[in-house]
Formats: sequence, C-alpha cells, structure tokens
Amino acid sequence: MSGTMAATLTRNLVTLVKGLGGSRWPQLVSRPLSVSAGLCSSENPPPRADSTFKVTMVPGDGVGPELMMAVKDVFKAGDIPVEFDEFHLSEVQNMASDEKLEQVLTSMRNNKVAIKGKIHTPMEYKGELASFEMKLRRKLDLFANVVHVNSLPGYSTRHNNLDLVIIREQTEGEYSSLEHESVTGVIECLKIITREKSRRIAKFAFDYATKKGRNKVTAVHKANIMKLGDGLFLQSCAEVAQLYPKIKYENIIIDNCCMQLVQNPYQFDVLVMPNLYGNIIDNLAAGLVGGAGVVPGESYSAEYAVFETGARHPFAQAVGRNIANPTAMLLSAANMLRHLNLEYHSQMVSDAVKRVVKQGKVRTRDLGGYSTTGDLVNAVVDNLRHKPVH
Amino acid sequence: MAAHGIVLSASKIINRLWGRRLGNTAKVFAPTLTSQRNKTYLPPPAKYGGRHTVTLIPGDGIGPELLSHVREVFRFSCVPVDFEVVNVNSALETEDDINNAITAIRRNGVALKGNIETKHTMPSSVKSRNNLLRTSLDLYANVMHCQSLPGVQTRHKNIDIMIIRENTEGEYSSLEHESVSGVVESLKIITRSNSLRIAEYAFQLAREKGRRRVTAVHKANIMKLGDGLFLQCCREVASGYPDITFDSMIVDNTTMQLVSKPHQFDVMVMPNLYGNVVSNVCAGLVGGPGLVPGANYGRDYAVFETATRNTGKSIAGRNIANPTAMLLASCMMLDHLKLYDYATVIRNAVLTTMNETRLHTADLGGQGTTSDVVQSIMKIIQSKGQLTADF
Repeated sequence: MSGTMAATLTRNLVTLVKGLGGSRWPQLVSRPLSVSAGLCSSENPPPRADSTFKVTMVPGDGVGPELMMAVKDVFKAGDIPVEFDEFHLSEVQNMASDEKLEQVLTSMRNNKVAIKGKIHTPMEYKGELASFEMKLRRKLDLFANVVHVNSLPGYSTRHNNLDLVIIREQTEGEYSSLEHESVTGVIECLKIITREKSRRIAKFAFDYATKKGRNKVTAVHKANIMKLGDGLFLQSCAEVAQLYPKIKYENIIIDNCCMQLVQNPYQFDVLVMPNLYGNIIDNLAAGLVGGAGVVPGESYSAEYAVFETGARHPFAQAVGRNIANPTAMLLSAANMLRHLNLEYHSQMVSDAVKRVVKQGKVRTRDLGGYSTTGDLVNAVVDNLRHKPVH
Repeated sequence: MAAHGIVLSASKIINRLWGRRLGNTAKVFAPTLTSQRNKTYLPPPAKYGGRHTVTLIPGDGIGPELLSHVREVFRFSCVPVDFEVVNVNSALETEDDINNAITAIRRNGVALKGNIETKHTMPSSVKSRNNLLRTSLDLYANVMHCQSLPGVQTRHKNIDIMIIRENTEGEYSSLEHESVSGVVESLKIITRSNSLRIAEYAFQLAREKGRRRVTAVHKANIMKLGDGLFLQCCREVASGYPDITFDSMIVDNTTMQLVSKPHQFDVMVMPNLYGNVVSNVCAGLVGGPGLVPGANYGRDYAVFETATRNTGKSIAGRNIANPTAMLLASCMMLDHLKLYDYATVIRNAVLTTMNETRLHTADLGGQGTTSDVVQSIMKIIQSKGQLTADF
C-alpha cells in the first residue's frame, strides 16, 4: 500500500517538476506561433503545453487498478501533462464509506474530469439498495453514458467496419433503487421515467450526433408494453427531434433492436435509450467488436465527465494474472485527453493503441493471443512516438 | 407500421392523462414569437462534461476571418467551448438557411456571429437575416459598452457609456406598404410591454453594474404617442429605482451632446433606430467599429457580435481587419457561459495588446495586420502561465 503511494507521489512530483521546470520556458516563448495551427492537423504538440491538467482517478475493483497502471505507464512515456488524484473506493474490499465517497466528490468538483474502473456491486442485499456506483452517478448527476462501438482495424470479427454510438440514460428507469415488498412474497420494483430526464437524454443524443456529424438517431424502447413509461420516453425523443431537422429520427422496439444488432448492425448510427436497455445493448454491441476489453465509454453530466470502459465489468477472476486487455481503458484515456483539449496527445495515444492492434503481434487472451497486459502496454509505449498511420 | 400505430395509441393515452400540459408542450418548438413567450419548457443548454456547444455563424465580409481568429485563440487557451458552424448564404432568397441557424441557436442557447450582408438589390420580400434572427429568438436587449482604451488616440478620453437598445420592434418592424401609388407607409411600432421590458432591463443592468444615471433617448416632441409611450414606460420603471437618477433627452440633441460632451452620459436606453445611430456615434468616439463588442440578450437566448454590426466587405480577406471587437464579444460570451477565468485571461490579453504593446491595425492608424495582433494576444496569454490547473 505505502509502496504504491510512494510511487504515485514520486510520479506526481516528477510531473510537477516537469511542469515548473525553467529550462522549458524560453523554448516555449521562442516557438513560433502559427495562426493557422488551428486549421492544420495535430502534428505538433499544441503551444500551450505548459499547462498541467488534474484528473480524478478511481481504479475500482477487479482489474481496474491494473488498467490504471497501464494508463499511467503510457501517459508517463508519452510525457502527457496530466496528474492523477487517486482514490480507492471498493464495496467488496471494505474500502467504501460515505466519507470516502465525499472525498471523491470533492476531488471531482475541482477537477471536473475523472477516469474510473468498475466499482463492483455485490449481489446480496445488506440493507442498502443503491450501490456506490449508483450513488456516484446520482451525486454527480452523470445522466448520459456514451459507448462508441467502433471496429478495430486488424482485429477481425463477424461484423467489421462497425461504427455506432449507444447513448444511455443512467440515473433513473429501472435503476431507481426503489423496491419494496408490498405483501409477503410480492416484490414491487419501481421503474421511473420522467419527462425532464427523457428530454435531457434525447437532447444529449441529438447534440452528440450534431457534434460528431452523424445522420440518424434511433430511440430504443418498449412502448408497446410499457405504454406510459416508455411512451413518455419516446414522445420526449420525438419532441426534441423537431429541433434537429437535419438529423433523421427513428424508433425501434428493444427486442427487435437486439436481433437487428446481431443480424445487420450497420443500419444503426446513434442509439438512445433508457437505463436497463442501454446496459444490455452496450454489452451486446461491445461483444460484436471484440468484447469488454476493447470498447471505451464515457459518462457526462452538465459539469462533469467520467471516462471508463464501455462494458463495465470488474473481471475479478483475472486479478493479478496480468491478462486483462487494457485497450478499452487506453482508448478511453485518449478520449479524455481530447475532452481536455489535448488533441495532439489524444491522437498520439489512440494511434499507438490502434497501430498495435493492427499489427496484431501483441494480443491478449481475449483477442486470441498469448501476450500479457504488460506486453501490450510496452508495445503501445514503443509505438507512441511514431508518425501516425493514415 | 405496427409500431407506429402503437406509438399513436400510447400518445393518445398519455394525452388523456396529462391533457393540458401536453397540449402546451406541443407548442414548445413551434417557431412563432407568441408561443415562445408563453413557453413552459426550454431545452437545457448543450453543456456536457463542462464543455459548451455554441452556434457559430460566420456571416459575410470579415466575419469568417475574425471568427477563425476567435477559434484559434479559444483553442490556444484551452477554452472548453465547441462550435457548431452554421453557414448562412446571403445570396439566396429563401429563408431556409437562416431558419437553420435559428434552430441551431434554439438548441445551443448561445451564438457568436459575424454580420450577414443584407443586399439592397434583393426583392423587398427578402428581410434582413440579422433582424429576422433577432426577432424570432426575441433577443430584445442589445447591449454595448463603449469604453475608451488608453492606447488608442481619440478626441475624447475616458468615455464610459453603456447603451441599451430595444432590438425587436420600432422602425425595424418590416411593415411597409404602398397605400396609394407613390406613397409608402413604413410602420414604426412601439408597444407598452416591450418598452417596459427594455426599461426594466436597463435599470437592472445599471444597478448591477453600480451605475448612477439612466438617460432615455427619444423623439417624443414629434412622435408624441409612439415615443411618448416609450418615455412614459421608462418613467414608470424609473420610479422603482430611486437610487438611480433618470433623465431623458431628445435624439438630435443627444448626438450633438455625444460628440461635444460625451462624459455626461452613463447608461442610455432607447428604441431601435435611435439605438442604431447612437451606438455608431459612440463607437466612433472610442476608436471605430473594430473595437466595441455587442451582445443581444433575450429571456432564453443570447447572441454575441460586434457592436456596430459591420460586414466590412471592402477589407475582407486582406488581413487588415481589427479583431478586437469580435474577440471582446467572445469574452462577453464566455462571461455569459460563466467561464469567467477564461474571459478575463483573453480580455486582459486583448487590452494589453491594445494599450501596452500598442500593436494596432490600420483602422487605428497602426501598421499591424490582423494576424500580428492575434499572435501578440496569444503570446500574452501564454506569458500569463497556467490557466487550466486552477479552475
């Protein structure tokens, strides 16, 4: 414990000293500032490389800490100006308390951005219905979860060249933590759908589509059965769609959506849905391109952004065996850098990861290889400084 | 098909349950002015993970180049703002483009724009796109702050005037007709509710900024009813602000006073056309159209541009336009988005370039090009050190 702490501290110190180092300063000032730099691609590091960004880190359970080590190693090798505030929060290792949660929240309020592993939620009921994962989401109001399912060139699956975005409402719906036994032997779980939150997630989906230049948003629902609840969700989506005349709006029922996804996933572009459907579709779609180890994800509120893996699993059986696939977390970290305006560094990391996947020499077990997590991280680090492939 | 039927029946059930409330929501997105005012629901602004999306309308003339400089400075300062660029082609007679732009502002809430050219050669049915945008979004208050910059040589020093202009009615009603052949009537509309609203806005702003005096500009000696109503509304509102002195001045006298003794003015409030004239006079007093930023605020939306709304066709593409006004307008936008730190850093850099570096473009008698000025601004931003670590 103290060993890792010391290691983190020195690392932070190194970044800090780098940030303050006087020797870099005159160089920066004399560097010519190109006005057209914004228009050209991110070939050169941005001139404002003198700033350091602080990011909250919650490694979580299972292989989370190993994946975070991978991210830290790559960031260190790439000289990326990000410092991490690390918090270990775990329900299964008895390291979770409201106090600890409060610390994470305070850090998030300062940093606005976090990178996070999965905090495992035990199945048995111990008197509290809401998991820490849910508490964190609610406290930060992280209402939108985005999973960009993108095939990795070089790793062949049944469906190649897949490119779809799944947007999930993740603060209400079936995850309301409202369950009770009304009569002995009869349990009622409440699924909550509100107009405000449905409109908010719909607008998020359309805004996302606008920003990323996508053409179609499909709402996924089960309004044929839940006529009021999902009906309200659907109606909210249709209302918001009117504000976006250039983006096509469609809807599809969840069961059919699942079938279509495995048969012909290319018909979808951006999918938006309530909580539980999102959970299922996220996992299904991640499976289409190579599993939980390769798909990055992120959660947003108005103020905060949390970067994590697309399909959130602790993968506890792999702990300490050095076999976890860090691809998803590294791609997520690259997305985080883009969110922080570190376009150049983001490109550098994601290019390196994609190049390693494309070369296909170093692969972890989940992709049919024999390499370890460490091998893959080393391969990514080796590829960091190369010219990007186009 | 089946799914569609199901949806319809679902909405019928909901309609029965929520009746009235849903009836209102159907109106929410209707693009008419009236529904806008009674609207119950406003979509949340496009702000996710701390990053804002802002509509960018490049416009014509020098607009595109100035806005590309703004983007460059934003990117350089790591400002968490993404732009959704919406082009409006001023050569087309259809209103599709401008409607697109208006919808984009409705979903993002905030816009930064260059001026869209209004060609006089177009048929009279083609309304000014700029005016259309302001009226359909109900951006009733145009605010500009004319302040002398110590580094700019002008006849009058230390001018500090705020001008608040009614932006949606008055002479800009676009209601003109030829009643008898050879006789054209243009309607100037003054309404009580809009006059009260702009007066209230002016006094509130004056109190917020710690100003002492509000001057209403009018021509009530000639337009006894129209401008009379405006003046009366200002008086009514003034009675609720005993801490702020209120006076009024006729527009012709105002312009004369402005060029001879501008220091007597503090906050000025006026109807549309007088605002147009007075704001140009004031911008001229402090150094010209390239220096002064302007903002248009409504209840729900805000659009930022240069105060005098010049297209600058003659100097477009020559790298000689003064980027100051547009950059300061972008700082006002950052303030509106509550990104005060970023706004302050950029604003200080712009003012330092103007006042201390004294790197001026040709309109201020300097030798600098637009990109020289922008580079100087970015150098100053950089020399201020870390921006991102302490937000």
